[in-house]
Amino acid sequence: MTCLHGRHIDPVVFAGLDGANWRLDGYVARGGYETLRRILNEKTEPGKIIEEVKASMLRGRGGAGFPTGLKWSFMPHRFQGQKYLICNADESEPGTFKDRDILRYNPHAVIEGMLIAAYALGTSIGYCYVHGEIWDVYERFCEAMEEARLACLTGKNILGSGFDFDLHPFHGYGAYICGEETALLESMEGKKGWPRYKPPFPASFGLYGQPTMINNVETLASIPSLIKMGGKAYAALGRENNGGTKIFSVSGDVAMPGNYEVPMGTPFAALLELAGGMRDGKKIKAVIPGGSSVPVVPGDVMMQTNMDYDSIAKVGSMLGSGGVIVLDESRCMVKSLLRLSYFYHDESCGQCTPCREGTGWLWRIVRRIDAGEGLPGDIDLLDSVASNISGNTICGLGDAAATPVRSFLKHFRHEFVDHIEHKRCLVQT
Amino acid sequence: MIEIEIDGKKIAAAEGTSVLEAAYANGTHIPHFCYHKKLSITASCRMCLVEVEKSPRPQPACATPVSPGMVVHTHSPIAVAAQKAVMEFLLINHPLDCPICDKGGECKLQDLAVGYGSGASRFSEEKRIVFHKNVSPLISMREMSRCIHCTRCVRFGEEIAGIREFGMQNRGDRAEITSFLNKTVDSELSGNMIDLCPVGALLSKPFRYQARNWELSSHKSFSPHDSLGTNLSVQSRGDTVLRVLPFENERINECWISDRDRFSYQGLNSEDRLLKPRIKQDNKWVETDWATAFGYIAHGLRSIRQEHGSGAIAALAAPHSTLEEMALLQKLVRGLGSEHIDFRLRQSDFGLDGQVVPWLGMKIEAVGRLNDILLVGSFLRKDHPLLAARVRYAAMNGAKVSVLHAVDDDLLMPLHARMIKAPSDWLSGLGEIMVAVARCKGVAAPAGFEHIEPSDDASAIAESLLQGCEGNKAIFLGNAAIQHPQASKLHAAVEWLARETDATLGVLTEGANTVGGYLANALPADGTQGTFASACKAYLLMNLEPELDCADPQAARAALSSADMVVVLSPYRHEHEYADVMLPIAPFTETSGTFVNSEGLAQSFQGAVLPQGEARPGWKVLRVLGNFLELEGFDYETSEEIRDEITRGDHDLSAQLNNMTGMQPEFSPVAVEGIERIADVPIYFSDPIVRRASALQATTDARPPRAYLPVDLGDKLGIQNGDLVKLTQGQGSAVLSALLSENLPGNVVRVAAAHELTSALGPMFGTIRVEKA
Repeated sequence: MTCLHGRHIDPVVFAGLDGANWRLDGYVARGGYETLRRILNEKTEPGKIIEEVKASMLRGRGGAGFPTGLKWSFMPHRFQGQKYLICNADESEPGTFKDRDILRYNPHAVIEGMLIAAYALGTSIGYCYVHGEIWDVYERFCEAMEEARLACLTGKNILGSGFDFDLHPFHGYGAYICGEETALLESMEGKKGWPRYKPPFPASFGLYGQPTMINNVETLASIPSLIKMGGKAYAALGRENNGGTKIFSVSGDVAMPGNYEVPMGTPFAALLELAGGMRDGKKIKAVIPGGSSVPVVPGDVMMQTNMDYDSIAKVGSMLGSGGVIVLDESRCMVKSLLRLSYFYHDESCGQCTPCREGTGWLWRIVRRIDAGEGLPGDIDLLDSVASNISGNTICGLGDAAATPVRSFLKHFRHEFVDHIEHKRCLVQT
Repeated sequence: MIEIEIDGKKIAAAEGTSVLEAAYANGTHIPHFCYHKKLSITASCRMCLVEVEKSPRPQPACATPVSPGMVVHTHSPIAVAAQKAVMEFLLINHPLDCPICDKGGECKLQDLAVGYGSGASRFSEEKRIVFHKNVSPLISMREMSRCIHCTRCVRFGEEIAGIREFGMQNRGDRAEITSFLNKTVDSELSGNMIDLCPVGALLSKPFRYQARNWELSSHKSFSPHDSLGTNLSVQSRGDTVLRVLPFENERINECWISDRDRFSYQGLNSEDRLLKPRIKQDNKWVETDWATAFGYIAHGLRSIRQEHGSGAIAALAAPHSTLEEMALLQKLVRGLGSEHIDFRLRQSDFGLDGQVVPWLGMKIEAVGRLNDILLVGSFLRKDHPLLAARVRYAAMNGAKVSVLHAVDDDLLMPLHARMIKAPSDWLSGLGEIMVAVARCKGVAAPAGFEHIEPSDDASAIAESLLQGCEGNKAIFLGNAAIQHPQASKLHAAVEWLARETDATLGVLTEGANTVGGYLANALPADGTQGTFASACKAYLLMNLEPELDCADPQAARAALSSADMVVVLSPYRHEHEYADVMLPIAPFTETSGTFVNSEGLAQSFQGAVLPQGEARPGWKVLRVLGNFLELEGFDYETSEEIRDEITRGDHDLSAQLNNMTGMQPEFSPVAVEGIERIADVPIYFSDPIVRRASALQATTDARPPRAYLPVDLGDKLGIQNGDLVKLTQGQGSAVLSALLSENLPGNVVRVAAAHELTSALGPMFGTIRVEKA
């Protein structure tokens, strides 16, 4: 499941990668660090960079899809003290595996993106928070950072411009919740990875209480090309309000699972084709289009949908992080939900009541339905418990756990009914 | 003020307050668990979710600040649905064991479940089981399955006690409260976490299964253990005190009490209580009736006065005796013509007599607002645990706290500067600060001190004292400074510093009623040094154990042994060889009385329960003894009559208190030969009641005292950690286990006082011989 297959459409982040050219010289050969040099030479107005990002319609690639340029503009400009920039590489949403490929095969794009962001935001210290369960990627990225440091691309007085940016790696301990911005900050401060109550948001009260910008790996990796081609041109790669390209991690019952970078708005059918179509020619049953925490969409609906934020919203789901999980006709939806519910139960941080207690309850109900021990009222109970979690928690994990449950029940209720009535699975596997 | 609307009612709320607080101030209660007014906000229990118009989802009222024009619904369908959802989640894994839960009847979860819970549970799986923990003799964690993860206990440790002993381990529904790596919970304020726990997860170990809370009656009382005047709610069933809780008083103890205040009640119910008067006949103790005992004492005192003169009669009271007891004791002694009366048992320098009536110098409440604090000779956390929390509060808010002391104990707060010096060097230490102040101000240092060269720390202290404005800085003399053999000279030096820097001079008075003792005039007027300096023939001892409560146990024992008659008035049996009569008097929970705290506030209480056995309130005993001796002015009918003679009906007596002597500092160094002793009074050995409180006696703080030696001294004497060392003062010695410490000056050994193991030793300060045992 890599990105080294050449079957992308107009790639930006994955352009020209062969697996061996991840080092500094390879990146420079692909035109890397040109944008940074130009900005530092021309002493570009930081505000102009933020304007370009705004114009690009780039939306945060971590999952929430918040416009990056707007988020950058929340950072206090005239703040005198230390500000921080953090690259959120705590990728751990089931079905999403794009950031690790970026860090593995194009790490310098992330570093250059961070440098440009730091320049625009006036921060002199940055961290890259890498998920605790991926060691080789962490080590690879550390190597790339060391190359950049030795080439005077990070550190003090970068390329003689007077601009300082110290970049440090931070290896997490493997908690899904630490991908949530404020839990990530707590974790970096040496505390338990518990989300903070917001407001205040990190842009005003972040790491160690200082203004902090946190962006996803893919977001930052897109920045150098975005600035190079200009915001408008980047936006034009995609569709209106959905600028640029997007990497989709396609997994599940497809012939060639992997990361595919395509322009925003590419039809799902085209994406599926890039991934080799359905495995063994089976019929598509359902798609989770944006990582495990977004609503599942029936396969036939998905085949008519384009892959961008707005189109997917129209069919009742979200683009999320771009983790596209494809399920074929042989998949039992109860069992599929059981796996997802177990994940959220296991990853709930335990801080606030609805999520701590509710995720475990959801998992237990699904488990008993799957085991043929479901009770007649269980489907309503599931829906009720999920809706009681939704909207009542400190962070989004509660919603993330409730959403799959509610959407599975909405679209595949009959499979749950079958499990309860016949005390076994009726799906032909 | 801004206007918001809560449940259709327009209310004014101060900017920055939360919706929950604004609602509460206007009579609307929003259910909550994790919110506590003294702790930081986490918004994690979600019970306080309310509907805020224009907000897409319910908002936690505790963490949502009021904003102009905000419209809040606390009982709308959206709000109630959210609250009921949260209640259901809280209950699914909470055991339904209210009938056997100690918290039943005073449990927040139980109360709110009535309003927001449903009659039956939809949760049919097995409930979570959380393994029990054993972290302290005071806090029971047998039933941790009841925990609802509000983290109040965690936040209390971190934010109030200053030591984070609890944390939440694991995540999701496996999360559980526990101490780190199974360490014990040792904070001297730990019991407050029991009060904070909204459910029956953290319970009082000594109280567990002793009574249902609705069987208890509550009585307001005051702590006898330190000078803060902590307000207590003493709870009893029948004639037994079964529990002590804080009685909230924002100006004194806020909503906290120390563990000593909370758990000492066990000492009231000790097996060791004296229940009938006893007289020693033929070297055997015989129970007798009050009349016989009074007759015996009156006869004895009269004969001694006749034979040896009235000056041969002396009386000593512990400083936690009530104002009324001390007033009558001094009246009795003076009625017999003697001036030998005192309550300052651990003091050894009385050079300030007649010049000061020591006190805190300010309101207790003001301590938390100070910007600069210098602590001279104070084991603050152990001597005044709740005042330490106030000082800590100031420090956490940026106050510069500095210490001059012989030990460098962790005060759990950032310190600005510290001067760790042998007690005999404290005066020169103050001299360093005085010289630094004088140099900064361009004034002359007091005569005799000019030659002293200030250290960096002394200069830093001087600098901080000179900054800031009057009323925001204070120099406090702690217990060790008052007990110091040069106490009056230290006082004069500190007074000079206070005057020159516009700081307030405060004395952290030792006992619950030390200030009251001064006001009751229970001290000699003529400079007779009341304690055991002049051997008397008759001694009346009230509420004290001489070997443990006095500055020099050897001197106490010698004086008492050579006396003809020793009368012990105490709630406890003291079957010492020197005692002749034991009169059972009531402890603070069984008598009416008054304590005057360090800020000069007279706080009177009634007995919570009837005296045990034939014990009687001390003031009544003294009143009748006065009658037996046919002394004038012993016809009080109530304790209030005695009190009002002193207080004239006032509560704030601070106008009668004064720390300023007008004395000039005098530099007169004392040379201590060899090794010097510094003695602390361990927190759970500070008075006879605490010494008998069994749970407190099982804590880490109540471990047998050890001999703390500086590492260099240990090396020199070939002593290692755990070796037995023999300590000798005068004719007496003690053998303790050694602990080498980095926190002591080179020639100082720390050996606790107030403990049986060290009661054969001499004075709390001065030379001590150390050798390998």
